[in-house]
Amino acid sequence: MGNILLDVRNLRTEFATQDGVVHAVNGVTFHLEEGETLGLVGESGSGKSVSMLTVMRLIPMPPGRIASGEVLFQGQDLLKLGDEEMRQIRGNKIAMVFQDPMTSLNPVLTIGTQITEALELHLGMNKDKARKRAAELLKMVNIPEAERRLDDYPHQFSGGMRQRVMIAMGLSCSPQLLIADEPTTALDVTIQAQITDIVKRLKNELGMSIIWITHDLGVIAGLADRINVMYSGYIVETAPVKELFANPLHPYTVGLLGSIPRLDEGRREKLTPIEGLPPDLVNLPTGCPFYDRCKFRTEKCLQENPPLMSVGVKHWSACWHYEAVREQRDAILGRKFMQPAAA
Amino acid sequence: MSTETQTTPPAPATGSAQANASTDANGAILSIRNLKKYFPITQGIIFQKKVADVKAVDGISFDVKPGETLGLVGESGCGKSTTGRTILQLYRPTEGSVLFEGKDLATLKGEELRKMRSNMQMIFQDPYASLNPRMTVGDIIAEPLEVHNIAKGKEKKERVQELLQVVGLNPYFINRYPHEFSGGQRQRIGIARALAVNPDFIVCDEPISALDVSIQAQIVNLLEELQERFGLTYLFIAHDLSVVRHISDRIAVMYLGKIVELTDGHTLYANPLHPYTRALLSAVPIPDPLIEEKRERIILVGDVPSPVNPPKGCRFHTRCPLAIPICKEVAPEWRDVGNGHFVECHVV
Repeated sequence: MGNILLDVRNLRTEFATQDGVVHAVNGVTFHLEEGETLGLVGESGSGKSVSMLTVMRLIPMPPGRIASGEVLFQGQDLLKLGDEEMRQIRGNKIAMVFQDPMTSLNPVLTIGTQITEALELHLGMNKDKARKRAAELLKMVNIPEAERRLDDYPHQFSGGMRQRVMIAMGLSCSPQLLIADEPTTALDVTIQAQITDIVKRLKNELGMSIIWITHDLGVIAGLADRINVMYSGYIVETAPVKELFANPLHPYTVGLLGSIPRLDEGRREKLTPIEGLPPDLVNLPTGCPFYDRCKFRTEKCLQENPPLMSVGVKHWSACWHYEAVREQRDAILGRKFMQPAAA
Repeated sequence: MSTETQTTPPAPATGSAQANASTDANGAILSIRNLKKYFPITQGIIFQKKVADVKAVDGISFDVKPGETLGLVGESGCGKSTTGRTILQLYRPTEGSVLFEGKDLATLKGEELRKMRSNMQMIFQDPYASLNPRMTVGDIIAEPLEVHNIAKGKEKKERVQELLQVVGLNPYFINRYPHEFSGGQRQRIGIARALAVNPDFIVCDEPISALDVSIQAQIVNLLEELQERFGLTYLFIAHDLSVVRHISDRIAVMYLGKIVELTDGHTLYANPLHPYTRALLSAVPIPDPLIEEKRERIILVGDVPSPVNPPKGCRFHTRCPLAIPICKEVAPEWRDVGNGHFVECHVV
């Protein structure tokens, strides 16, 4: 770790719709170090997928529009590249794995054809060499009888196996950065455990960086080095993983932690849900987007949207009242088990 | 709640309000015995002949006590939803009996069965697909009232408004259409519809899986409140063990059409006996990095076999880390190992 691989600055993405302009990503700034795993946590519509699709330049334009920002990948601004140059990076240096393994593979091409495509295109391999490498990749993600299965079609694979094929494809050109967009959400827990196990192992073997998008705080707790929490297009809190769980300093993060039942907790320890609904992304409030649902709100929150403020070591929170959150959150969460992590 | 025939049920251990259901001899509101549901696979266009069966549910037995929540967990395709639907006779069972409030639903037909339906309801998984987009919320919730002749006219409207209030929606929404609501609000409408007929027993089939995390907690709390208020009995079907542990008194774990283990929530977590339960528990992530760091995972190899040709002997032996030779030959028996802890395994 140490060198900055990806540096995203003030990224804004909008979509023009019949009902007005949807502000999906609203000035997102973060960076990713080499070898680091960054978790991007948020609910539907929080902008976590859109921000990553923007980084990959996969936003359909129109109706989409990148209103502002820079995406520096190894010092090069991806938003300024031509389509052909971007194609050289996509799948080669930055790869993406999508949520739904059932629809992201082409049903009429064999698995082998789909994996070798990228190898021939980006690495200039000939057919034989690419096929050999494809078989190796399938073995790497624990698919039995890899050589034979290259000639199978996606429907002959189960959901978990398809997701492993997607990961093999993502890794085919040894990318420096793998963006995984809810890769285990559609899968059962035992299969999810298989996939996260493989990703952790491969990350260590290949030394790449990972951005893992998810709504599941449980999955990310065991995977990430650092977490960005997103809410209606803003990063509202960012911290190293242990710090975030032990010492959450944004009311939304506290709300998320209070909403989820834990397997290691007894029955009916009352959940504290976040009341209400997220704001409409067409008419975002001028103040804090979490105002309507927040227990700590004051007049100031209504008038001024808080920026990310440094609240600890590598820990930022976008809340005017983070000190009040610090004092009251343990009572809200009713917790006795978590100790603040040593810095 | 007005129309119930009150008998005297044993006070449920949960401390919830008095359950208002009648029970059978062993104090259960629902007794399932050797329940099977096979779906035929046919071949041929005009003369269809049956070539095989999908054995979705293959001989399960359990009781549900009045006022309790029985959680049913398992992975996709294990037969948990089919179990829920077969209990409510949305699918007719292939074999076995479903004794509900002393009557065997599997043998009931027509009018008799229809009458029983006002005592048992269902909340569906997908709040987008389970509400008719052309009906107003008022009509959706009023439909069961009409079908079962419970209320008419002004009384009906009042009842619908009361139900909306009960599930935390504004009674003023009565003339709106489903598309005007968010996922969580739609799920509340589905719950109001299930409550309309004053049921004793509700099958909740993955009621929160389609919702966002912060909304899930709202619905879970609502279901718990309603249970206490109306003395409801739930069969709570879900794949998320953390949620099931939170809401259930007892938990049944299903694998490939069979229940492999059944016990109370605490015992299941603290002392799981079946190797599948152990693997399942170890695979559930816990939102705490300090715990995750130290946890040992049991990673199962391979995928769930097809329910058309389930493995001979114990169904789990193909993936079981503890399998011994007998597991390949003989199916283990469903036995009580003490204190109502049931398990189906040769090794434990």
